[in-house]
Amino acid sequence: MNSGELLISQVDRRPMYLQIMEQIRHRIAISDWEPGRELPSIRALAASVQVSVITVKRAYLELEREGVIVTRHGIGSFVADRADLSVQLRRGELDEHLSAAADIGRQLGMTPNELTSRLQSAIARGNANDAKDEKDQ
Amino acid sequence: MTEPVIDIQGVWKSYRFFQLRDVALRLEPGQILGFVGPNGAGKTTTIRILMGMIRHDRGTVRVLGCSMPSEQAVAKRDIGFVSEDMRLQSSATLGWHMRFIASIYAGWDASYADVLLRRFNLHAEQTIKGLSHGERVKATLLLVLARRPRLLLLDEPTTGLDPVARHEILAELMDVVRDERRAIVFSSHNTQDVEQISDHITFIDRGRIIDSSDKETFLDRWRRIHLDVPSGAVLPPLAGVTDTSASGRVAIVTTKAYVPGLETTYTRSGITVRDVQPMTLEEIFVANVLSNRGEQP
Repeated sequence: MNSGELLISQVDRRPMYLQIMEQIRHRIAISDWEPGRELPSIRALAASVQVSVITVKRAYLELEREGVIVTRHGIGSFVADRADLSVQLRRGELDEHLSAAADIGRQLGMTPNELTSRLQSAIARGNANDAKDEKDQ
Repeated sequence: MTEPVIDIQGVWKSYRFFQLRDVALRLEPGQILGFVGPNGAGKTTTIRILMGMIRHDRGTVRVLGCSMPSEQAVAKRDIGFVSEDMRLQSSATLGWHMRFIASIYAGWDASYADVLLRRFNLHAEQTIKGLSHGERVKATLLLVLARRPRLLLLDEPTTGLDPVARHEILAELMDVVRDERRAIVFSSHNTQDVEQISDHITFIDRGRIIDSSDKETFLDRWRRIHLDVPSGAVLPPLAGVTDTSASGRVAIVTTKAYVPGLETTYTRSGITVRDVQPMTLEEIFVANVLSNRGEQP
């Protein structure tokens, strides 16, 4: 694996293991890494992104717990062999954004109905933009 | 189970103005230990005891299975030691040093030495006195790495280096632990380097180990919690809180025992949790030192 495949940011305040997990999930979500593909070994990835072995180990353990990767001891780690994995991960990304939106709504004292109607207007705006783009072409 | 690379327990060493007190350290193969402390905390003394260069007053010191300092001759064949004050022959070339080390150590890997010359952008024909500080550190490290020792003891290897040289050295250290039988002790007061590559972190202050744990645990347990405390509400006393600073209705609590869900303890007392912030290793280190100094004047 090339050192360019994952990049850990020192500015990002999130823990390094979360950054590694997110980048691996994203690679799988966009089908860059196909189901069944072998992941770099923990020590090889640690050396290439230059972060502790323990940090990469933790990222792999948590991804395994999420069912995103499978580790066969003494053989290696692989992207889980599930056809729907990429769709699942993209839905997961969406759910995270929705939870963040729900949190902000709660902080602003919005009712569930108000928040839902905001989401509906966002959908309507998106549809309107798509229609406009088609007309422009 | 594999034998630890380093296992020291109850180590004491007294000097007139400084004392190492009850130091314990353990390092497993395949790991990098970040040894962090302020200047004068005892990092160098501890590393020299590990090397058998200083005889401790009390306690046991085992390195690579050898009892130190009595069996140091055996252990040192497989230890690479780099410190700030390493003296190289200033009028000799780097190549002369490489041939010299190769003549002493059977394990010298000449082709790896050539790879390191290129990676560190050094030239065998250069004399030591013509090298910059950063180049000298890299040259010293090259002479040690090309022996492929099982244990590297590095005393402040990245201190005073420019960002590029630091990056080159950290990359080389990570390359070493691709081999899970090898291990590194790396002392520093640059917590950013330590946070990046260490598996295990030990804090030392005033001759005493004040905390020691794997890095992920440190980063998981320490948090700064920002609170809005309404008048009449009282902060519940919590185990693990190392510092509380309050002004007006705002309070910031520093804890070393955070667990997810801890927030509810505050909300149940009518206190609003505004933010729970992770801390960098540097913030953890400073908070740790200050809270320990507070307990032990």
